[in-house]
Amino acid sequence: MTAARPRVVVIGVGNPYRADDGVGPAVLAELERRRPPGVDLIVADGEPSQLLDAWAGRDLAVVVDAVLCDPSTPGRIHRTHLPDLLPGATASTHGLGIPDALRLAEVLERTPHELVVFAVEAADLGFGVTLSDAVAAAVPAVVDATRAEIRRVLGPPSAQASTDAGAGNATEFTAAS
Amino acid sequence: MSHRNRQLQVSSLARVEGEGALRVVIADGQVQSAELQIYEPPRFFEAFLRGRQYSEVIDITSRICGICPVAYQTSAWLAIEQACGVVADERITALRRLLYCGEWISSHALHIYLLHAPDFLGYPDAIALAANHRDLVERGLRLKQAGNAILEAIGGRAIHPVNTRLGGFHRAPTRSELAPLAERLRAALDDALATVEWVAGFPFPDVQVPIDLLAVYHPDHYAIESGRIRSTTGLDIPADQFSDHVVEHQVARSTALHATLDGGRYLTGPLARYSLNFNQLSPLARQAAQRAGLGPTCRNPFQSIVVRAVETVYAVEEALRLIADYVRPDPAAIIVPPRAGVGHGASEAPRGLLYHRYELEADGRIASATIVPPTSQNQAAIEADLRDVVAANLSLDDSALTALCEQTIRNYDPCISCAAHFLHVSVE
Repeated sequence: MTAARPRVVVIGVGNPYRADDGVGPAVLAELERRRPPGVDLIVADGEPSQLLDAWAGRDLAVVVDAVLCDPSTPGRIHRTHLPDLLPGATASTHGLGIPDALRLAEVLERTPHELVVFAVEAADLGFGVTLSDAVAAAVPAVVDATRAEIRRVLGPPSAQASTDAGAGNATEFTAAS
Repeated sequence: MSHRNRQLQVSSLARVEGEGALRVVIADGQVQSAELQIYEPPRFFEAFLRGRQYSEVIDITSRICGICPVAYQTSAWLAIEQACGVVADERITALRRLLYCGEWISSHALHIYLLHAPDFLGYPDAIALAANHRDLVERGLRLKQAGNAILEAIGGRAIHPVNTRLGGFHRAPTRSELAPLAERLRAALDDALATVEWVAGFPFPDVQVPIDLLAVYHPDHYAIESGRIRSTTGLDIPADQFSDHVVEHQVARSTALHATLDGGRYLTGPLARYSLNFNQLSPLARQAAQRAGLGPTCRNPFQSIVVRAVETVYAVEEALRLIADYVRPDPAAIIVPPRAGVGHGASEAPRGLLYHRYELEADGRIASATIVPPTSQNQAAIEADLRDVVAANLSLDDSALTALCEQTIRNYDPCISCAAHFLHVSVE
């Protein structure tokens, strides 16, 4: 028996050992604490084929990533939305992050139907395991914005608490199993 | 790995380039030096691990490399289990080897199709290759996904395995859970053989590097997850003696380190494994190699893509064999009681020999950590190659020279971000 993949995936791109590059995984960790039902949560390091596997065929893929800007406003959040990524459609990558992965996805027809990218401006991308204050302060807003995108596509969550780990990602292991 | 190419261009925002730098100094038409900075040795992790509990090492080291986390976990648990005086049983070792096969398949397929093949076929990147030869890139992604399927089934996730731990696994799969995996791998074997045939036809310059080669060796099979260390200079030592023979020197005026093997330059990776352990490849893999024009040794860095394809055939077959012979480990992990001591571990990451050493306090805290990745070890060999390539191509303009240097570096499949274009070349 194979379950259909959830219609929505949230992909946190980044390395938690590179300071503000950990903002993607940090947002995902927050989402995990109150897990949205029917959504896959995936941490990725930006390698394109992994992104393709994660988002292909989904109704909505939300990607959270760090970006270094000049001039810089650490903690500022940029939202980019690519609706209607139908096979064969060409979307301009101007104004979007992860250009290589998206271009490859378009050529191979492995795009999500909709892609939303939240790019958070970083202060520091050196070695370290903590987010800078400005970026840490942005995490709750990105979490809320992500939940709003999910609600927009899936509708409001049911009244039951969304703690069922089996609802989304089927490949999780816990130490207890 | 700790570096990641991130190109984000949003309206007025700046582009973040890949983190690779090559500084070439030319005087009187001669290349004086070619200093390469493509990989940051994991000094941060070595320092970060000090004071942590030995049980945390497996999770932390898996973060050093996004493409080869199993390699980092393996060299780590070999070293820590040795320090604690325990040895995992045959069933756990076999499951570890199966997991590692998944990583070899995934990493080699990614490198061959998305990173390296475009160079030989005249495409700027895999996207251009896919636009003209979609079926070929699809085959590569299928192969990579077969590797990922192993990593997910046994490691719990395609990146940063969560099911692994000191002593073994949190949970071992059942034979019936591995059956669908075997189905996928049988199909993948066809794709792997087709890959060897495909890359065998690429145009290869006739280059032979007369350099010492270093790899892990195991008496029972082509070494992947454990073994002794052997070289073409006749070395045959346990991992414990690695630092007696491999020494890292700081290079003057650079943050790079050059490693030497008993004072000489050397190379680790597919060419080394292949040349030292050829007879231990499966008959099918050896046959594929021979049909592809390889002899029992290979010292042409450009043909490393063929060797990786041959190793992919081997890894798929080996995974099938391990699944066929699989007996579920019970318990899924051995107990690893902490004790004061030092341990060493060497395993063959897709890119080459990966060495870890840990010193433990009596309560299991890490007193010191030493991690020597294959790309660090190959630094000197890659720079020597680049010096030769630049010297022979000084008439090229900057962008053509940069592309040629990137292709040369890709022969070594360095542990660097997966971007097609990652290099800044500055010529003085």
